[in-house]
Amino acid sequence: MKYPKNGRFGEFGGKYIPETLVPAIEELEENYLKFKDDKTFKKELDYYLKVYAGRPTPLYYAKNLSEKLGGAKIYLKREDLLHGGAHKINNTLGQALLAKKMKKKRIIAETGAGQHGVATAMACAALGMKAEVYMGYKDTIRQKLNVFRMDMLGCKVYPVYSGSKTLKDAINEAIRDWITNVETTYYLLGSAVGPHPYPVMVRDFQSVIGNEIKSQMKKINRTPDSLIACVGGGSNAIGTFHPLIDSNAEMIGVEAAGQGLKSKLHSATLSAGTKGVLHGMMTYLLQDKEGQITETHSISAGLDYPGVGPEHSYYKDTKRIKYHSATDAEVVDAFLMLTRTEGIIPALESAHAIAEAIKVARKGKKSESIVVTLSGRGDKDVEEVQNYLKRNVKD
Amino acid sequence: MSKIKDKFAELEAKNQKALISYIMVGFPNEKATITAVRGLVKGGADIIELGFPFSDPIADGHVIQNASTVSLKKGTKISKFFSIVKKIRKETDIPLVLMTYTNILYHKGYSKFISEAKKAGIDGFILPDMSIEESKEYLKAAKGNADTVFLISPNTSNTRIQKIAKVSTGFLYLVAVYGTTGIKTGIKNYTLKAIKNVKKLTKGKIPVGVGFGISTPNDVKKYIKAGADAVIVGSAYLKLIEKTPQNKLESKIISFTKSLKKQTLL
Repeated sequence: MKYPKNGRFGEFGGKYIPETLVPAIEELEENYLKFKDDKTFKKELDYYLKVYAGRPTPLYYAKNLSEKLGGAKIYLKREDLLHGGAHKINNTLGQALLAKKMKKKRIIAETGAGQHGVATAMACAALGMKAEVYMGYKDTIRQKLNVFRMDMLGCKVYPVYSGSKTLKDAINEAIRDWITNVETTYYLLGSAVGPHPYPVMVRDFQSVIGNEIKSQMKKINRTPDSLIACVGGGSNAIGTFHPLIDSNAEMIGVEAAGQGLKSKLHSATLSAGTKGVLHGMMTYLLQDKEGQITETHSISAGLDYPGVGPEHSYYKDTKRIKYHSATDAEVVDAFLMLTRTEGIIPALESAHAIAEAIKVARKGKKSESIVVTLSGRGDKDVEEVQNYLKRNVKD
Repeated sequence: MSKIKDKFAELEAKNQKALISYIMVGFPNEKATITAVRGLVKGGADIIELGFPFSDPIADGHVIQNASTVSLKKGTKISKFFSIVKKIRKETDIPLVLMTYTNILYHKGYSKFISEAKKAGIDGFILPDMSIEESKEYLKAAKGNADTVFLISPNTSNTRIQKIAKVSTGFLYLVAVYGTTGIKTGIKNYTLKAIKNVKKLTKGKIPVGVGFGISTPNDVKKYIKAGADAVIVGSAYLKLIEKTPQNKLESKIISFTKSLKKQTLL
């Protein structure tokens, strides 16, 4: 779907927002439509993506891992090599540049794992703006390294103590700030979620991933048989899939199964959720029988979210994309396997995609190729993994 | 036909404006809700807004957020809420407006929720995250069953105000200030201007209520003077409920309500 009519992907998306935000959302859409195909804007964004963020990122053939598994060839799209250590910078540079064109003085953002917060702080610093970031209190503890980084980058971090004290609550608080300071403030949302036009705008900024995969695979005379990416809100996944949506490639989004889909301690919205309205969008949600949003769990803070981008909900229902999930245990195994075979430490979020790739590769033929988006690097997660291993006596 | 409409007509005949009082059902418990409603009725509130808690109340400040959390923890379910409404209905026929978030209605099904609410005694709905663009199904379900109160803001354009006024019934809810409920910013000139503007645009076809950040008799006085047909007070009531023991709750609510209502007599 190119540009969603009325902000809807099928029945999903829309803009369920307090009236105070309507003029801001309309102004945003108007400016996004004006600048997205503007030559100067694109040139400026390309410049920053190239010389500041480090694009294009390599497509790496994970030979050791592939040979160990003995099946299909695994290629890693190395978004972990980007400045800041995650795909998030693709979107923050795009939106920060847009905010600058809109002459917005103040930037706010939410963050889960802290990667979007760091990427926002970096993009704002580079473009001479100030950022303030909301982060769930629980996440400020388990991802404290990223809190320090934001702090160093001159960005104010507000811990959020309400609700489950994670990403969902950080978004609530950012929206409340936006309502209060709507006249001066640009809300730089970090995933392909929220009211229209955020889901489509974030997707477009992240589509650089899929576009590069397309040309990089072509260069080595291959077409991907499978594309795999992790899904929390789903921005790296939609950025990977969208440019190739009309191809024949199998596409798999991998959600966080936490301690198992039956345990209720998971964040697998598409695998186990029902339709509803949250954060300005109609989409699949994890909620109880009464429509109250339930608390989620994942070893990775970045996937710990009870909603998902509306375009993913659409592709789930149309069955164009399959949505699977990986448990914390499978994720830690995949994390260690990639680290040891390839010397690449993946973010726990990205390790969900690796866990799925391991399963798919084992069953695949040697002639087949799987492209996995390695959305971020795992330096931020080594302590979390160490703690996990201590709790779950392993080798 | 609409109790809310009738109430505004009745007040107009008496040369009064409306006091709309908000409380969160189940905060801190059912007994307090029933007692508070008694106090509101005796104190002279004209319409009561009953909050049903949602886990993620993005338009609410910390007072209502906290009340929502407490109410949910105490086990306020939809069926419980309706049973409380039925109990209230045995004591009073004051117009009751239900304020909650879109997902609560969507999840149960707009038609099903609205018809059950109507049966229990609810007269209208306020959904702060329901924009007119997404309201087709909701409006269809509410038509002839309940009033649909939409919100406007000081930054809403004139053409949009007219569109919103067209689908609003009961009254139009003007959000006084940029911010969430319970915000303390004082009275802004832009709000007074917005009241005059909305009144002019709607030409008396629908009453205009002002809410968010209104907590004292003086606030009420100023907004009524600027032309509001109603004022909505919420977080101030919850603060009062929170700090008052059950045995003094009714009398405290009565005296606070009286002090606010006095300012709506012209």
